[in-house]
Amino acid sequence: MNANIRDADYSESDSIPAERRRLTPGMVARQAVLLFGVFLALAPAGYMLLTAFKTKEEYLFDKIGLPDALVLTNFSEALVQNPFLLWMRNSAILAIGAVLLSTVIAALAAFAIARMQFRGRDLLLSISTSLMVIPPVVMIVPLFVLYTRLHLMSTFHGTIIIYAGLITPFSVYLLVSFFRTLPTEILEAALIDGASPLGVLWRVVIPLSGPPLVTLFVVNALYVWNDLLIALIFLQSDDSRTLMAGLSVFQGRYNNQIPLTMAGMVMASLPMLILYILFQRYFIRGLTAGALK
Amino acid sequence: MIRTKNPLLPYFFVAPLVLLLLFVFGYPLVQIFDFSFRRIRGIDGPWVGLENYQLILNQPLFHEAVQHNVQLLIAVPIILILSLIIAVILYDRVPGWRIYRTIVFIPYILAVPIVAVVLKKFFQYDGPFNEALRVVGLDLFALDWMGSPDLALWTVLSVIIWREIVFCIVLMLARLLSLDEEMLEAAQLDGAGWWQRLWFIILPQMAGVIEFYFVVSFITMIAAVFSYIFMIGKGGPGTSTMVLELYIFNFLTRSSLPGVASAVSVMLFLVTTVLILILFWVRRGEREQELA
Repeated sequence: MNANIRDADYSESDSIPAERRRLTPGMVARQAVLLFGVFLALAPAGYMLLTAFKTKEEYLFDKIGLPDALVLTNFSEALVQNPFLLWMRNSAILAIGAVLLSTVIAALAAFAIARMQFRGRDLLLSISTSLMVIPPVVMIVPLFVLYTRLHLMSTFHGTIIIYAGLITPFSVYLLVSFFRTLPTEILEAALIDGASPLGVLWRVVIPLSGPPLVTLFVVNALYVWNDLLIALIFLQSDDSRTLMAGLSVFQGRYNNQIPLTMAGMVMASLPMLILYILFQRYFIRGLTAGALK
Repeated sequence: MIRTKNPLLPYFFVAPLVLLLLFVFGYPLVQIFDFSFRRIRGIDGPWVGLENYQLILNQPLFHEAVQHNVQLLIAVPIILILSLIIAVILYDRVPGWRIYRTIVFIPYILAVPIVAVVLKKFFQYDGPFNEALRVVGLDLFALDWMGSPDLALWTVLSVIIWREIVFCIVLMLARLLSLDEEMLEAAQLDGAGWWQRLWFIILPQMAGVIEFYFVVSFITMIAAVFSYIFMIGKGGPGTSTMVLELYIFNFLTRSSLPGVASAVSVMLFLVTTVLILILFWVRRGEREQELA
């Protein structure tokens, strides 16, 4: 499958042919399917948002309707009684640390793989690429035993290495395919001017790699931010807990206080929502980048 | 290609990558095999042959977990068919398709643990889903979706479909947008109807991406649903949503038996590897056909 995926953001024509505007049964059916899909996609998010503003008593009698007033007590209570900000800080440290480490390592390797000749190059790329589909659960047991012995449990640097390892095959894959598209003349010109290969990578290649680097940042940071399995196993102490692991504690604590739970969920969704609004096109690009090769 | 004076230079560039992959993938993938034949207590233990495997295979809970993962595989064809329908409708550029595409993406913005908690409350016996059913007079269907052991796994399955379908829709739509439109227009001029175009022109070109999605989501369903399971009910009610990942997790963290956990990891790894090899094999076959 050699799909040359056009970027979904550029390739759409806005003009709708006149025949498509007419109300045919087929058109009505299609709109109905899509509207139903929209309802399904929105209902849970809407439920979360509306419930977060209800009082406990109000929720008892009204589970679907709009809240009577925009009460913020659920949010303040959730924030005061739980270290949400600490959890978010920890998740951010892990996400940023792992993305930085992975990007540096992947950029160095991808540059050599895409632009230099050496034995074992193709083998290294295919091994790295196929590791993308190995589920993380397969690797955790030996790492758990090793980390216990090395006293790396509940440390950020230890866990950052694991996350960086898990996301790096995707980083390498994406950067190799991008570096291969760069025109050779630019690189050769820089080399003739006396730049070292490392200098070419740092001063010529990286500045040209804005879009793939942003895609990597978005996709990989999300992966680390959203992960639960590694976080639960390798960060067990209270002060190293991540947001997702924190949410599992949080939901258990307020089993019957659903509006309060939802307020916590809304707050936990905000960082990702902001990231999505800022980098919407990179989300979609990143989602398909690994798949359509 | 950059020619370097020092022939070893490329190896300096790839060395950090090799070290990182050896540490995070290489070491564990070798070690699970060794561990699976030992009774590990703490960090090491004596060789016990196939004892760990025998223990697992004789445990009803393991069989239950396997059965649940297999049941979750039903999500794969459901997601594929629904995604194809939605992607093809969006590809027809029905009015408002851009807005639809943005909205359809919403489940993906929410992290899986958040999705799991919200939908768990949503499907509670006295939750909004059942309340809505009662309002429209479908009291008969207001069941205990999360609390009943017979239903819980199916409810988890629909939660998984709700979120995972987004990836498939986006993937299928991206592939559709890259199709050769001239071919479709030519077929239309030749009088091919909508269904004919879909069946004879669009779908055959989608085969590659469908195979890819099939393998990736197959692996997801047997080895990457932990967040859903853990947040919804930690395998419960009872053991009705126990899956292999949680089984490994419990043996590692609760029972402290890394040897047994490794034996399950080995099985998951082998199944994953076989699936990937099948995908490579199918793709190579297709490529050779194209060249022939």
